[in-house]
Amino acid sequence: MLYSRFKIGFVTIAMFSSMACREIPESQSTQRAADVKTEKTSLASWPVSNTYLGDIAVYETFDEIKPLFRQQSDTTYVINFWATWCKPCIEELPYFEELNKAESANPVKVVLVSLDFPQHLENKLLPFIEKYQINSRVDVLLDGSYNDWIDKVSPEWSGAIPATYIYKKKEHHLVGIPFESYIDLLNSVQIVK
Amino acid sequence: MKLVSLYSLTLSLLFITNTSFITNPVDGIGIGDEAPNFELKNVDGKWYSFENILDANGKKPKGYIIIFTCNTCPYAQASEQRIMDLHKTYAPNGYPVVAIQPNDPGKKPGDSFEAMRARANEKNFPFLYLMDEGQKISPKYGATKTPEVYLTDSERIVRYHGAIDDNVRNAAAVKVRFLENAIEALENGQNPDPETTKAIGCGIRT
Repeated sequence: MLYSRFKIGFVTIAMFSSMACREIPESQSTQRAADVKTEKTSLASWPVSNTYLGDIAVYETFDEIKPLFRQQSDTTYVINFWATWCKPCIEELPYFEELNKAESANPVKVVLVSLDFPQHLENKLLPFIEKYQINSRVDVLLDGSYNDWIDKVSPEWSGAIPATYIYKKKEHHLVGIPFESYIDLLNSVQIVK
Repeated sequence: MKLVSLYSLTLSLLFITNTSFITNPVDGIGIGDEAPNFELKNVDGKWYSFENILDANGKKPKGYIIIFTCNTCPYAQASEQRIMDLHKTYAPNGYPVVAIQPNDPGKKPGDSFEAMRARANEKNFPFLYLMDEGQKISPKYGATKTPEVYLTDSERIVRYHGAIDDNVRNAAAVKVRFLENAIEALENGQNPDPETTKAIGCGIRT
């Protein structure tokens, strides 16, 4: 039992890293040399959005936001999937805010990816961010073809929110349940930090 | 010395296992496993298990569409009409919808038995809407969110697990009807393809 769990974890990691590695050569093979450079750059650089709501980047498709999950710097990324209507998400937001503040001088980046419905961005999400004065970075992902991208974040993720993907280069960890406390979040960050 | 290092290795393995268990509650049943039985109260006050659930013709079902869903989740609400339509289409054909509400009303008062009954009456739910009293059934299935579907065959073997279709948020934007395709596959004596899918949903609160 112990062994099999450990093995599953290992296989998942192996699958994920092989997925991530395979992606570049495959796309390269179908592109001209000039495009390859663009592809490499976009994988390493921060995602670019065509749409902004105030200073919040709004991504229509997962492909647009994908570079957020493929950064190669020495930073630990703490990416939380949430929505304003999701009560357990809201309850754990203060822990992310605290982490964002406490680690502001360190290579730790908190990103709150809102999965709010398109029709709720202006009348719910923006007022929420203002009311609670959220300081962490908030991005919006609108891609409703969930089955196409949940596994690209992590095969360990069932799709339930809240969920938090924490990674640094190839080290990664998916937390599929709410954090009970700030310490609980810190401990999860330590696993990959 | 050897013993000590073995001991610490076991401890660290325990730690890893424990962590993955706590952070990802995905233990449960998979494709090919038998769906755990239950005895749960419906919104009409009657108790149901696999033994007394029948299709729209009063016959033993050819399969069961078990959907973990609730009153309060926006994704569940967005799926409500689709779930009603599924039952109306497939219960006469041998596949009744069995909806199970998995949330603890202590944590989500909007999912109390009274609230479930009110919602079922208001919308005139044609399917069973069962309360997972004590939140014992959803962990056995390994369900983590609402809505989440398990389609079984007549022998209660899970043949499809996941989403109703490819757009839980917006019925008008649906392109692929995963669950309906899975039922058609069973009707044709085939394995559903895909057998599992994923969607964003509200984490079940037990």
